[in-house]
Amino acid sequence: MSHSMLEVSELRCGYGPIEVLRGVSLRVEAGEIVALIGSNGAGKSTTLMAINQVIRPTAGVVCFCGESMLGLRPDEVVARGLVQVPEGRRVFARMTVLENLTLGAYLHSDGHAVVSEMHRVHDLFPILKERQSQLAGTLSGGEQQMLAIGRALMSRPRLLMMDEPSMGIAPILVTRIFAAIRELNQDGLTVLLVEQNARGALKLSSRGYVIETGAVTVSGESSDLLNDDRIKSAYLGE
Amino acid sequence: MQPHEVFLQQLITGLSNGMIIALIALGYTMVYGIIELINFAHGDVFMLGAFLALTLLGVLGMEAWSPTWRIGGVAIMLVGSALFCGGLNWTLDRVAYRSLRRASKLSLLVSAIGCSFICTNLGLFWGGVPMEVFAGGVAAAAPKDFPQLIPQTNLLGASAIRITPADIAVVVVTVPLMIGLVFLVNRTRMGRAMRAVAQDATAAALMGIPVDRVIGITFFIGGALGGFASVVYALYNNTIGFQMGYRAGMDAFTAAVVGGIGSLPGAVLGGLTIGLVRAMSDQYLETQWTNTIVFGMLVMILIFRPSGLLGTTRREKV
Repeated sequence: MSHSMLEVSELRCGYGPIEVLRGVSLRVEAGEIVALIGSNGAGKSTTLMAINQVIRPTAGVVCFCGESMLGLRPDEVVARGLVQVPEGRRVFARMTVLENLTLGAYLHSDGHAVVSEMHRVHDLFPILKERQSQLAGTLSGGEQQMLAIGRALMSRPRLLMMDEPSMGIAPILVTRIFAAIRELNQDGLTVLLVEQNARGALKLSSRGYVIETGAVTVSGESSDLLNDDRIKSAYLGE
Repeated sequence: MQPHEVFLQQLITGLSNGMIIALIALGYTMVYGIIELINFAHGDVFMLGAFLALTLLGVLGMEAWSPTWRIGGVAIMLVGSALFCGGLNWTLDRVAYRSLRRASKLSLLVSAIGCSFICTNLGLFWGGVPMEVFAGGVAAAAPKDFPQLIPQTNLLGASAIRITPADIAVVVVTVPLMIGLVFLVNRTRMGRAMRAVAQDATAAALMGIPVDRVIGITFFIGGALGGFASVVYALYNNTIGFQMGYRAGMDAFTAAVVGGIGSLPGAVLGGLTIGLVRAMSDQYLETQWTNTIVFGMLVMILIFRPSGLLGTTRREKV
């Protein structure tokens, strides 16, 4: 039996007759940042949604801390500490920044712990404190991404899966967000990072997986992947 | 009566009826807000609430109670009908709607229409129960008299304008419920979860919110408001029937759309508008024109301001 924090093996799922994942296997060890890269439509987001049980896998294994996630509801998966920051941020636009963060702590009723978690998020992204009474829909893309990450942190994840946190965001804020991910990781958070920005993701991570048309085709140490000729030409634009 | 007295009287009648319509409309708008379904069975759930209230009244023999005890009797009917309608609405969601969450909105709508027919026929069946309050159940489809537990005497004494204890009861029941609902939705953990599910159910699930449970609770609350409304309606109008759900439901649905479907203040505003328009049309035009006016208003709103008076500009899906 493996001791990986997250163990995904031969994961298959699809929408109706169309199979999107054709057997995805990957693992994430406690304390790691793992990158999952691939082009548009390769199945990156579907992989995360299938891990979270938002989309029901048709076959395969999803084990988190030794427990199978299959058959659980998405909120039950979150309750176990396997949390996702979804693609496109999906903040609750017609709620305030503070309400969004409070919702992140939905599962936690211990007021003191929630307050200290809120402080931690505010320390990480001070803008979220400045804008706390503003409607989330009025924030810039980068600020919304910070809010989405902060909201996910409020649920106290053990493993945080982030789906394209750099998408559609000003480069300066991408740097800020990647720095925050590194900081969170140094504080002990395990991260599975899905990115189209392959270079940034591989630089940040210790290991990486490349997904193509619904299956993992290449995997290895991120430093090796950065120097791999096929990956250079396909994903790094060299 | 002087012309201005006539007008004031219709204002009072219109507002009282409007408050009841608003309470039903809140049930439509809450459910629409969270799963974009016009729950066509809602009006019939409301109707069954009135039948339960009349049954309770008969079983407990409330007509023989003293005026003070009758207030307690009204409270029993309010609580009983609210729990019953809330539970029934929750059950409809659990049985007929939940498995269609991922299906097309049209399937959901057709399922709701089916539930409406089922509930209407339950009402027809219920009216045939051989109890004294149902006139022995001989004519199941006939309207049933609902005893005046709250007197319709004029509180203003000899004045031409009538304000009755029943008018007061409408306000005493509906206003706190509306305030309570606004508090629940805007200030509590459950309310935040409901708004989150309404805006983005997947994102809500990813925050650990049990989406189906939150939707079920929304159905329960919406149904319970309909249950409260059914008792107030019955006490105010003193007659109930198995088809009342269709009519009141149509008025409330129109109110919800006129106010802006999905908006709680919109449902209240829409309800009061429909109540007032009905009263004024009955008085100053002719009663046979009233439905034309009300539903003409619905059509006009749908053409010229589909988001309603207070609605946000969201794409209509039904």
